Amino acid sequence: MIAIKDLKVSVEGNRILKGVNLEIKAGEVHAIMGPNGSGKSTLANVLAGREDYQVDSGEVLYRGKNLLEMSPEDRAREGVFLAFQYPVEIPGVSNANFLKTALNEIRQYRGLEKLDAMEFLSLVKERMQLVEMDPKLLNRSVNEGFSGGEKKRNEIFQLAVLEPALAIMDETDSGLDIDALKIVANGVNKLRGKDRAFLVITHYQRLLNYIVPDFVHVLVDGKFVESGGKELALQLEEHGYDWIKNEREASVTM
Amino acid sequence: MNELNNNVDIKDWYVSHFQAFENSLNGSSKAPFHQIRRSAIAKFADLGFPGRRDEEWKYTNLSALLKHKFPVAARPASLPAETVRQFVFKGLAENLLVFVNGRYSKALSNYRASAAGVVVDSLENALKNRPEVIERYLAKYAPFEEESFVALNTAFAVDGAFIYVPDNVAVEQPVHLLYISDVSAGSHFASPRNLIVAGRNSQVKIVESYHGVGESPYFNNVVTEAAVNENARVDHIRIQDEGLNAYHVYSLETHQQQNSVYWMVNVDMGGALVRNNLTLTLDAENCEGHLLGFYMANGKQHIDNHTAIDHAKPNCFSNELYKGILGGKAKGVFNGKIFVRRDAQKTNAYQNNKALLLSDDATINSKPQLEIFADDVKCSHGATVGQLDNEALFYLRSRGIPQDQANSILQHAFANEVFEHITIASVREHLEEIIAERFARL
Ligand SMILES: Nc1ncnc2c1ncn2[C@@H]1O[C@H](COP(=O)(O)OP(=O)(O)OP(=O)(O)O)[C@@H](O)[C@H]1O
Ligand SMILES: [Mg+2]
Repeated sequence: MIAIKDLKVSVEGNRILKGVNLEIKAGEVHAIMGPNGSGKSTLANVLAGREDYQVDSGEVLYRGKNLLEMSPEDRAREGVFLAFQYPVEIPGVSNANFLKTALNEIRQYRGLEKLDAMEFLSLVKERMQLVEMDPKLLNRSVNEGFSGGEKKRNEIFQLAVLEPALAIMDETDSGLDIDALKIVANGVNKLRGKDRAFLVITHYQRLLNYIVPDFVHVLVDGKFVESGGKELALQLEEHGYDWIKNEREASVTM
Repeated sequence: MNELNNNVDIKDWYVSHFQAFENSLNGSSKAPFHQIRRSAIAKFADLGFPGRRDEEWKYTNLSALLKHKFPVAARPASLPAETVRQFVFKGLAENLLVFVNGRYSKALSNYRASAAGVVVDSLENALKNRPEVIERYLAKYAPFEEESFVALNTAFAVDGAFIYVPDNVAVEQPVHLLYISDVSAGSHFASPRNLIVAGRNSQVKIVESYHGVGESPYFNNVVTEAAVNENARVDHIRIQDEGLNAYHVYSLETHQQQNSVYWMVNVDMGGALVRNNLTLTLDAENCEGHLLGFYMANGKQHIDNHTAIDHAKPNCFSNELYKGILGGKAKGVFNGKIFVRRDAQKTNAYQNNKALLLSDDATINSKPQLEIFADDVKCSHGATVGQLDNEALFYLRSRGIPQDQANSILQHAFANEVFEHITIASVREHLEEIIAERFARL
C-alpha cells in the first residue's frame, strides 16, 4: 500500500529523518516505537502533508502514486488519515459540520453520493458507538475544551467515519485512561480489514496488547534501527531503548 | 488643489445646493423642522468637512469622496419589483419598507401594522402626521452642531424610516428597512434620516439593509436616532452591502432610559469608503447596551468604525465586540471610546476588537479609548490582529477539506462570534449565505 524509500526530512535546517525505509501492505498493522524526539511524529506529519517540513530526498509511493506531490486534502481523499498526537482546537467550527463536510468531500472524490443530514446522522451514531464517544461532543466546537482523552477518542471516531485505507495513529493511547484505551483499541480492531493498513505510533506495549501488530519498528535518531514481530515490543518494554543501542554496538564490534 | 482648498470648495458646492433643495420642499418648509435644517446647513457651512489633521479622521482619508460634486438625489422613478426582491431578507417580505435613493416607495413597500398604535412609516409622512413625536425626538440626539456629516444630513433630511412603538407594546415581527441606491441614471448624494422611538415597556426588532443598483459613484449619508424609553428593548441590525461605487457614512445616536436594553449588530460588506459613527448613550440606571460588529473588505475597500459608549449613569452594562476580515489592500479602522462619567459608579464595560488579515497589504488601525471618571467600575478592552490559524487549516485539510473551503470555514467561525447574536434566524441564515459566497472570493 505504501513504500517509503530512504526518506530524509529536515525542519528549520535540522535533519530529523535520516533515511527512513518502510513498506506496509494492505491488511497489515505496523507499530513504531522510539524515544522522544526520534522523529515519529515528523514521519507521520510528512505522510499527512504538513508543509513545515522539508523533504530533502527519498520518495513515498502510495498505491502507486507519488504521495509527496499531493496536497494534504488529496492525500486524505486518497485514503490517508492521521490521528494526531495533539489534535488542534478549532473554536466556532462544529464537530458535526466539520466531519460532514470532510466526509462528503471524500465521498465526492470517490464518486459516491453525498450524504444528507439524516444519513450522516445515522452513520455518525453508529460509529460513535464504536468508540463509545459522548454524543454531546458532536455539537461542540472541534476539540474545543475537550479533555485529553476526549480529543483522542474524537480522532478515532473521525477515523471510523472517514474509513481511510491507511490509518496513522500518533500516540493515540497517551491521554486515554485504562478503560478508554480498551474501548478505543477494540474500536480500532473492528476497523481492521484486508484492505486497510495501520501505522501505530506508541511508547507503550500496553496498546499493542490490544491492537496486535504484525510488525514493530524502532526509530532512533531518525532511522529505523530494529524491526521485528510483536515480541520486539515486549523486549523493549522490558529492557528499554539502551538495550537496542547496546545490542547494535555489540553487533558492530563482533 | 490641496486638501483644505478642495474641502472648502466641496463644502460650498453642498451649501450652494441648499436653496434649490429648500425651494423643492414646497409646503413642508413651513414645518418647524425646517428651522432645524436651516441651522444645520449654517452649522455645516461653519464646520466644513473633516481633514486628516482632525484626530477623529486620522486614518480615513476622505479625498476620494470629496473629489466628487454629487447632486442632491431627486425623487426617483420606481424600481422593478424583481430588482427589489433580491435584497429582501427571507421571512421579512411582509414587514418591509423600501426606500429608493433615500425616498420612501409606497408601491414597493409592504407593511401591515401589527398592533394598535404602532407606526411604521416614512419620515416624510411623519413630519406631517406626527408633529408631536417629531418635535420631541427628531434631531434631539444626533449632534448636528458638532459633526459635519450629521449637519449635512440634517440640512437635507426629507425622508427615511419612522418607527414609533407605543408604551407596553411588543412588535412581534421584525421590521425590514430596505434602502436601495439606484444610480443607473447617474450619481447623487442622499440623506436618509431614520427615527426610532420605543415607548416604555415596548419591544421592537429592526433590520436596516443598504444595497445599490447601477454603476455611477454616489454618496449615502445616513443618520439614525433611537430613543429607547424605560424598560424597552430594541434589537437593531444594520447590514451594508453596497457596491464599490458607494461612499457610505452612517451615524447612529441612541439614547437609553432606565432598565432599557439596546442591541446592535452592525455588518459591513460593501462600499468603497465606509465610515460608521456609532454612539450609545446610557443615560439612566440599569441600562444595557451591546454593540457587535462584523466587517469584511477586499481590494481597496476602506471600512472605518468609530464607536462610543457613554456611561452617564450608575449600574449600567455595555459590551462591545468588533471583528473584521481584511484581504487585498483593504484598510480597516476601529476606534472604540468608552466614557464613564463621574456619576456612573458600578459601570461594567467590556470592549474587544479582533481583525484577521488575509494578505500582507491589508491593514487595520485600531484604538481603544477609555475615559473613566468614576472610581468603582469594571472596564476592560482587548485587541488582536492575526492570520488564520495554520494548525487549524492543516487539520481541516488533513480530513479532505480543500484549502479554500478550509479558509472559509475558519473565516466563518471567526465571524460567528458576532453572527450568533443575530436573534432573527432567517436574517442570520440569509447573511451567512451571502458571507459564505464572499469568503470564497476573499
Ligand atoms: N516545527 C518544528 N520546529 C522545530 N523543531 C521541530 C519541529 N517539529 C519537530 N521538531 C523537532 O524534531 C525532532 C523530532 O520531533 P518529533 O515530534 O517527530 O518526535 P517524536 O518522535 O514524535 O517524539 P515524541 O515521542 O516526544 O512525540 C524533535 O527534536 C523536535 O524538537
Ligand atoms: Mg510525537
